[in-house]
Amino acid sequence: MAPKTVESIAEATILFAGDSGDGMQLTGSQFTLATAYAMNDLATLPDFPAEIRAPAGTTYGVSGFQLHFGSVNIQTPGDEVDLLVAMNPAALKVNLERVRKGGSVLVNTSAFEKRSLDLAGYEEDPLENDSLDGYQVIRVELTKLTREALKDSPLNQKEIDRSKNMFALGLALWLYSRPVDPAQRWISQKFAKKPAIMEANLHLLKKGYHYGETTEQFVSRFEVDPASLEPGRYRAIQGVHALALGLLAASVESGLPLFYGSYPITPASDLLHTLSRYKHFGVMTFQAEDEIAAVGSAIGAAFGGSLAVTGTSGPGVALKAEAIGLAHIMELPMVIVNMQRGGPSTGLPTKTEQSDLLQAMFGRNGDSSIPIVAPSTPGDCFEAAYEAARIAVTYMTPVILLSDGYLANGSAPWLIPDVSKLPPFPVQFAKESLSDEEFRPYVRNKETLARPWAKPGTKGLEHRIGGLEKQDGTGNVSYDAGNHETMTRLREEKTDRVARDLPPLEVYGKTEGDVLIIGWGSTRGSIEAATDRLLAAGRSVGAVHLRHVNPLPLDLKSICDRFTHLVVPELNNGQMVRILRDRFLLPFQSLTKIQGRPFPAGEIVSFVESMIDGHTDNG
Amino acid sequence: MADDKKPAGRKPTLPPGMKKPAGPAVAGSKLPPGSKRSPGSKLPPGKRPPGAKRPPGAPAGPGGDGATALTRADFSTDQDVRWCPGCGDYAILATVQRLMPEIDTPKENVVFISGIGCSSRFPYYMKTYGMHSIHGRAPTIATGLKASRPELDVWIVTGDGDGLSIGGNHLIHLMRRNVNVQLLLFNNQIYGLTKGQYSPTSETGKVTKSTPFGSIDHPFNPSALVLGADATFVGRTMDRDPKHMKIMLRAAHDHRGTGFLEIYQNCNIFNDGAFFEYTEKATKADRSVFVEHGKPLVFAGGSKGIRVNGFKLEEIDLEGGKWSADDCLIHDESSVELAGLIGRMFRSDSLPQPFGVFYRVSRPTYEDQLHAQIKDVVDRRGKGKLEELLNMGDTWEVSG
Ligand code: SF4
Repeated sequence: MAPKTVESIAEATILFAGDSGDGMQLTGSQFTLATAYAMNDLATLPDFPAEIRAPAGTTYGVSGFQLHFGSVNIQTPGDEVDLLVAMNPAALKVNLERVRKGGSVLVNTSAFEKRSLDLAGYEEDPLENDSLDGYQVIRVELTKLTREALKDSPLNQKEIDRSKNMFALGLALWLYSRPVDPAQRWISQKFAKKPAIMEANLHLLKKGYHYGETTEQFVSRFEVDPASLEPGRYRAIQGVHALALGLLAASVESGLPLFYGSYPITPASDLLHTLSRYKHFGVMTFQAEDEIAAVGSAIGAAFGGSLAVTGTSGPGVALKAEAIGLAHIMELPMVIVNMQRGGPSTGLPTKTEQSDLLQAMFGRNGDSSIPIVAPSTPGDCFEAAYEAARIAVTYMTPVILLSDGYLANGSAPWLIPDVSKLPPFPVQFAKESLSDEEFRPYVRNKETLARPWAKPGTKGLEHRIGGLEKQDGTGNVSYDAGNHETMTRLREEKTDRVARDLPPLEVYGKTEGDVLIIGWGSTRGSIEAATDRLLAAGRSVGAVHLRHVNPLPLDLKSICDRFTHLVVPELNNGQMVRILRDRFLLPFQSLTKIQGRPFPAGEIVSFVESMIDGHTDNG
Repeated sequence: MADDKKPAGRKPTLPPGMKKPAGPAVAGSKLPPGSKRSPGSKLPPGKRPPGAKRPPGAPAGPGGDGATALTRADFSTDQDVRWCPGCGDYAILATVQRLMPEIDTPKENVVFISGIGCSSRFPYYMKTYGMHSIHGRAPTIATGLKASRPELDVWIVTGDGDGLSIGGNHLIHLMRRNVNVQLLLFNNQIYGLTKGQYSPTSETGKVTKSTPFGSIDHPFNPSALVLGADATFVGRTMDRDPKHMKIMLRAAHDHRGTGFLEIYQNCNIFNDGAFFEYTEKATKADRSVFVEHGKPLVFAGGSKGIRVNGFKLEEIDLEGGKWSADDCLIHDESSVELAGLIGRMFRSDSLPQPFGVFYRVSRPTYEDQLHAQIKDVVDRRGKGKLEELLNMGDTWEVSG
């Protein structure tokens, strides 16, 4: 066999796609793990159907896992795919448009028979006509090779066929010069009790890797140097896990027991799964009978002095709205996590979107402004969760943590935080009182306007709270007109005061110039990647990213004033842009994307370029 | 149906024919919020001025230490009680306040949690920790509180609309989890606070503001409902019998697990006399049976009893010579089958309505299991260390 040449590249995007039952998520996450070992920077985009087992071979049953990795700064899961691994015709049909012109398509030719082509809706075999012209097509008889490799295995035909993803994984690892041992270790552990399956998988992984060496189809393989990340210890982390760790860290640092009440919902269930494994930290998890019971249980736990959290997605927040209002008027601390997904209604359960912003801002009866914190990367979910908990307790208020499906499921390298450097998290409960005077639960801290946290079990502080309007100071029920206005203003002012504690905003790129890109939440990677490209093209562009969505940072206005054009890219139909226009009365332009996927950086680049060159109307 | 059966000797709070007030006192109250009634003004029933002497008949607190013993007054707030004069809620409040000094929980550990409705104003009048929450959700809040703070003594106060309609789901789940709280269901078979619509316990055919031609809804039987949800304590009492009510409250409280206590409560404004058949002197003895563990089901002053005939219950005459108390069904609180039979004695023409503890069994509580599981994991794995957890899994070092 001829020795292969090695080509060094800076970055690549690979997409594994197949049937829901083909194990694409597993293949993707194992490739991610190997990439972490190769010390590349990376960003992932798992993309799976809402159906658990959609009919095999159909386009709507296609599950994908996209991974962008490199030696350079990786900010997004990749606008365009360099290598698509398509396990069947449906996977090819759904994903071909994402492959860059000239990119590679590795197809499992064994799956391209009449029935599968019909199911995918192909009238003719795309491998036989010119539809793949312009791509490099790598034909691999994956199913056939798998069956041959496992002809002596005790596994049955179905089990054998199901293992073909390991062959594909081995091949992909070879192609990008990734280490094989992380996957080997994982397989050995995972199937320790099923030796036949373990052996089959290990064997296939190796076969796939060797196939790359031997097949004539590849003349070269790729190599990606380690990324130059900030020094320190790293791990690849999924946003949902970082978020769970952030909540846990808040509990440990504050000394408050963590209580998590939740009802299963995509894509937030993993938070419940993760926290329920932290019992050795004393974490209490409660799987409630419905969304309302979940938030209710958290309110009860907050009253009792726990760090109370409830997590859900948009539909669940809708159900919790009344109870969030209750926590707001009772001024009890709690965190409501919203892993946003495509809406309205059930919408696109497994796809990402940022369309619950206005719901978080205004989705309750009455005037009820509450703080909103939005993480921007999978790793940032840790800090944002910690921060949300701290605001909740410091200001005695419910806080909404607005994450999304992309952050929840996506992974990225994470510089493991130094526990000793976490921001301090002091907690003060009201102290027991032996005086005869009635305890006044609504007397406020002069700085934060927070009321005291008086937990049941404390002598002399017996008091009643509830959803009826409170009298300022005493907390007694009051229908007094003037008092209601005072209290409404006080509650809003308290939320506004959170802004006083915020660190100054950092501007990415130019600090003044033609265009300021204003983002929030998970679009950070796309926006900064776009900014980099625009700067490289000599454009005068800066970007500012809002972790604090409510209240807005106090220095945002002065930053906006230093730029000629202002643009707000969002994964919704234009929500933040309304808040900003309302607040600052400046001509913010809206750039939206509502396709259940992260923002392609390229679209931001062209939009900003046309703004500068004067082709954009005031959208 | 209930109207036809109202005994002649019942004691309506308002004279017949007198126009009832338009609505509950809360909505119609002319007193500005927070204002105190002038001294000497008539206090509503059940309300005593702060610092009043121990009400007659209220026993001393535990330990007999006069200096520290609490009294009913220690559990009364200075808030004006805003239920309609004559409402059955007053008697319940008074009885609960009288019971409080007798239970051995420190006062600061007692918490009352309610939802929305007339009954749900209850926590405002109890000088303990309390929360008047949102409609139907008190069980969820109580669950979160009790699960996270098992040492607290948590009471839920709810009504037939709050607990069985909007909050019905939470109620059944509370039962199956067996959280160690008390749930007092003030059943008045009507929506009071919203001014008189039929509730999920209103009888079929009931004419109300929302059912001018009569209700076509079949009512819940609350006992049967919670038995179906595997409640571990099911009891019923009535506002008009404070002595029985207190015993039942105490029993519900002392039960380790969810103490479900239904209290027949007269809403004299919108559903006056709904239970008079069972609660008023003239008919109470004949129409009510008070069940006690280990004792035969006899009523009407011992002249009537209840026996099992096949799969059915039947009323028997103990004075005609044919039957004696030995033929009567002996109540056994631990029998779920019997609880089913007694719980299903419901608004029947041929059987009296039962009161007492229908069912009481022991099952691990939710919070005990939660904390046992946590303790077990800590014992096996050691207390978690954040640093370790953060660094778990596949990590790599980038050097500078
Ligand atoms: S239950 Fe009836 S009588 Fe009692 S306060 Fe409500 S409306 Fe008035």
